[in-house]
Amino acid sequence: MDTVKAIVLRAAGINCDLETQHALELAGAEVERVHINRVIDNPAMLDGCQIMVFPGGFSYGDDVAAGKVLANQVVHHLSDIMHQFVADGKLVLGICNGFQVMIKTGIVPGLNGSGKLSLTDQKVTLTDNDCGKFEDRWVHLKPGTDRCVFVNPDQQIYLPIAHGEGKIVCDTEQTLERIVNSGHVAFRYVDADGNEGDFPVNPNGSQDSIAALTDSTGRAMGMMPHPERCVRWTQHPHWTRLKDREGFADGMTIFTNAVNYVKENF
Amino acid sequence: MKQWRFEISSKQGFPDVHGRDVLEDIRQLNIQSVEDVISEKVYLIEADFDLPFAERMARELLSDSVCQDWHIGKSGVPAGPMQATLIEVHLKSGVTDPAAESVRAALSDMGAGQVASVRTGRKYVLLGTVSDNERETIARRALANDCIEDVVFGMDAEPPSPHTQPYTMKLTEIPVRDLSDEQLIQLSKDMDMFLNLKEMQTIQSQYRDLDREPTDVELETLAQTWSEHCVHKTLKSSVDMEHDGKKLHFDNLIKETVFKATKDLNKDWCISVFEDNAGVIEFDDEHAVCFKVETHNHPSALDPYGGAATGIGGVIRDPMGTGMGAKPVANTDIFCFARPDMKLEDVPKGVLHPRRIMKGVVAGVRDYGNRMGIPTVNGALYFDDRYLANPLVFCGNVGLIPREKCFKNAQAGNLVVVVGGRTGRDGIHGATFSSGEMTHEHEDIFSHAVQIGNAITEKKTLDTLLQARDANLYEAITDCGAGGLSSAVGEMGEKLGVEVDLEKVPLKYAGLSYTEIWISEAQERMVIAVKPENLDAIMSIFDAEDVEATVIGTFTGDKKLTLRYQGTQVGQLDMDFLHEGICKYDRKAKWETKKLSEPVLKAKDNYNDDLLKILGSYNVASKEWVIRQYDHEVQGGSVVKPLMGTDNDGPMDAAVIRPKYGHDKGVALSCGMNPCYGDIDPYWMALAGIDEAVRNLVCVGADPERIAILDNYCWGDCTRPEMLGALVRASQACYDGAMGFGTPFISGKDSLNNEFVCDDGTRIAIPYTLLISAIGIVDDINQCVTMDVKGAGNLIFAVGLTKNELGGSHYYKANGELGANVPTTDLKVAAETAKRLHQAMKQGLIRSCHDCSEGGLATALAEMAFAGGYGIEADLRGLPVSDDCVKTEAMLFSESNSRYLVEVQPENFDVFAKLMLNIPFGQLGEVIEDRKLLIHDVQQKTVIDADLETLKQAWQKPFAW
Repeated sequence: MDTVKAIVLRAAGINCDLETQHALELAGAEVERVHINRVIDNPAMLDGCQIMVFPGGFSYGDDVAAGKVLANQVVHHLSDIMHQFVADGKLVLGICNGFQVMIKTGIVPGLNGSGKLSLTDQKVTLTDNDCGKFEDRWVHLKPGTDRCVFVNPDQQIYLPIAHGEGKIVCDTEQTLERIVNSGHVAFRYVDADGNEGDFPVNPNGSQDSIAALTDSTGRAMGMMPHPERCVRWTQHPHWTRLKDREGFADGMTIFTNAVNYVKENF
Repeated sequence: MKQWRFEISSKQGFPDVHGRDVLEDIRQLNIQSVEDVISEKVYLIEADFDLPFAERMARELLSDSVCQDWHIGKSGVPAGPMQATLIEVHLKSGVTDPAAESVRAALSDMGAGQVASVRTGRKYVLLGTVSDNERETIARRALANDCIEDVVFGMDAEPPSPHTQPYTMKLTEIPVRDLSDEQLIQLSKDMDMFLNLKEMQTIQSQYRDLDREPTDVELETLAQTWSEHCVHKTLKSSVDMEHDGKKLHFDNLIKETVFKATKDLNKDWCISVFEDNAGVIEFDDEHAVCFKVETHNHPSALDPYGGAATGIGGVIRDPMGTGMGAKPVANTDIFCFARPDMKLEDVPKGVLHPRRIMKGVVAGVRDYGNRMGIPTVNGALYFDDRYLANPLVFCGNVGLIPREKCFKNAQAGNLVVVVGGRTGRDGIHGATFSSGEMTHEHEDIFSHAVQIGNAITEKKTLDTLLQARDANLYEAITDCGAGGLSSAVGEMGEKLGVEVDLEKVPLKYAGLSYTEIWISEAQERMVIAVKPENLDAIMSIFDAEDVEATVIGTFTGDKKLTLRYQGTQVGQLDMDFLHEGICKYDRKAKWETKKLSEPVLKAKDNYNDDLLKILGSYNVASKEWVIRQYDHEVQGGSVVKPLMGTDNDGPMDAAVIRPKYGHDKGVALSCGMNPCYGDIDPYWMALAGIDEAVRNLVCVGADPERIAILDNYCWGDCTRPEMLGALVRASQACYDGAMGFGTPFISGKDSLNNEFVCDDGTRIAIPYTLLISAIGIVDDINQCVTMDVKGAGNLIFAVGLTKNELGGSHYYKANGELGANVPTTDLKVAAETAKRLHQAMKQGLIRSCHDCSEGGLATALAEMAFAGGYGIEADLRGLPVSDDCVKTEAMLFSESNSRYLVEVQPENFDVFAKLMLNIPFGQLGEVIEDRKLLIHDVQQKTVIDADLETLKQAWQKPFAW
């Protein structure tokens, strides 16, 4: 397929939609930013799209818990449609607040068997950072799986985080083992040398340093770091120190992989 | 309807982060009896649903099945040997509860049927033997704010009822025609109007001419419109100044100083200055940028969190309401507090502890700014104990606006439409309140002046307004700020006339009188003028994204303000009288140059300790604790971030953003302010502020020919001639500085009467505080420069003259002195230096550049070194100094203006030196591999010799919270 179409979902309080659109366009996709009310009115508008993105922000103010009210809206109005979207082999990406929505609807890590969305079968969640406050900082990310279409399995990347509720926790040790052993961990927080560590290497206290999760198909991924904020080298925090500046746009790998996957598989 | 109560707590084994923070705050109060704190969220919902639905709701919506437990009803104290104290905190009736609105939306998604009310609260269980006294202190000082919250103790107590009494229309006239002068003053006081006798007399004579008495809403409208906050009567007044015995006269102070510079400079890239809600300058062929900085001091003193949140929320609405509406692209914030480690017993009655104020203010700006999705990229923090009762909170916002959308055009026949938030009783009398001085009783009397924000309402409103703007569906826009609808609609209709039906204004709850509706300062409201034929189209844009918009009136053309409630006329004012009727003032000002002397400090062999002390002082220390809580990367435009360098923790001089994807033009933002110098001379203080703001922009690569500046005065009571004299001195410097640098003022704001009267009658006035904010254009962001040193072997140059100017310096402060030699500015040299340096940057000659300011040369060198991860070896023989600058301490720590430290690669030495011809500059030293700062004095004695880790630790320690 030559024309890759992506949809970036907006909602009250979503605020990273424009830069996410820009990143997808740089990667070669045609992008539409759409308010979720429009999709609920007319779900057929998703038919021509192959990539759906839940961007970052504070949907509904993150009241109750981050992403919860939007997750509730998605489950009550778009459950079947979301399920079908992934079942059709299409891609879903959630960034920051989008990840919080995806984990609270169960889209990732997708452990509830039926593959259906649910607000009650959640086994993994994102909760308050250990440091107790919002943090904006850059983190190194090491891939944790080779079967997620968004991830280059051999490439460590450097991206910013900006969140207050980004700590991954599982309900039990068994769940943690299961997501680790079945390749659900898309990225881990590490230091520049690729080693796990305490704060600030792991900026929120996530179990097993998990920064991103994928579902069992590898086509849906949620991540706390913001790839759309590192699509050009002048966004890199060391750019004025770099001799050779081209190529320092690690966030592009995520978007380029998604677009290339659609080109090859549709 | 059933009353449901839900309690949500952390599951065993999962950390209760909020409870832990509260425990830390309790420890800060020196209360050791509390051993642990359990925090819970409480939802009180009045609705029709049954128990199975309530359980489903608790499970699916209100709790997180992985890490939280839920309970329906009131849970008792936890089992165990420890004494438990229950405290619940609920918002006062009528205070905005943003979370409740989201829960309502979610309940409707779940199919909950009718929901009468939703409220949220917090419950705390304190474990340990807590006395009644301690319980009270904890509740008031750590958990709740009396201004907006009620505290409920124990198991049986009930939170306040959410229901308000309905309002029955009753037209109220206030007789003024026959009042004596004393009675007029008393009336102004009783109605919280903050109008003086002359103004009250003007009103009285107007109504005598009209042969009737005013209604309450008319008087309130006049009080709002004529408040210091809205019209800046002090700065516009005529002033007789006596300066060291010499007499000076201004017909209109601000017109002859700040505004005059803009007029005299007459820059063709200034699009709209001092007219609209923000100043507008050219960005590129398609877009302009606008910038506004506001203060929100009084509300932040009472409710730091809410006050600061609505401060940033309010200033974001300024660009949104500029021209036909700009898209906000960056926030700035500058705060002034007393020292956060001040002893509890030194804090006067009616005043919050500075640490609590600081934490609340930072959290307020964080939560509002982050939710809006606007990066907070630049700011500063200043500490001085005179800010104890009057903390200053400056919030700024920059917007991007299409060139053809820079002006409004409301016409008669347009409809008045209010968009966004609903109107409540919050923020009544904010404008008048902020125009007066504070007393220890303000906490009680003016709690209604505090507003609570809901960022998501503002974000939704913004999203839809930009769509409507681009579809050309409205003719004019402005924001509801101080004075609420009375100011917004009153100003928009100034040239036309307008009639408003107040009962149409959507309310948060019943019970508001027509006057309250008209002057409420409820947040997140914008007013637009819409042609009737465009109404359907614009309403469908708002509907589509759940934004409320309501027609409340019409612009008429009769040049009158007409207010109706349920068909009855409740007020009518001539626009001319409302906007031009305010009397002019004559004020006296006096300034006598202070007789101060320079201290004699013992010369030392080594200044390591002084440097460490300065680095570790609150003003100089790293502000990383604050910066990291702000999202400074959202919108994907950051170029120079607040913290960069090898470990991403070096302090940048200014921020640069790239507001348009795919374009390499940038906007740079900085500020300059130094209240310390004002204690010596406010003239040089103001000039230093301008010099610093400009310098900071030049450091990162902004074009000095394209810099505009903003003034924000925060002063004490200017009816005192000495206070006004200081303000005149600062204003004179504003004129001189703007002319000297060629940097026009494009917008400004003042906040006067920042004084506090303690219960024992003592007055605390803030230091003279002038914030200069600067906005500059960067032609090519790829050429931006940061302050961290880049490589060993590179040369370090000092550009600009170091003079014997330790007056008001951090070095003197650290030694308990003020001094007399305040830093001065040679404007000719300063402007030329900026220009040459910019040329050097455009030629790619500068690897790093840092402004030399607070803490002087030694501090700047230390910062450059530890930010870059390389050492610096400097030799003071290479420092360009004035003839009187002979002492080592002056060379190291003098805060002379117009100085930069730059790093140049050796191969570029010649080209750079040629460019700097006739500018004072000298080769100071070089970047070294060894992670040390070494400074040798003119006798080749090593006066500073410290490793970078020690320096950095000292700098990071004060706010390692």
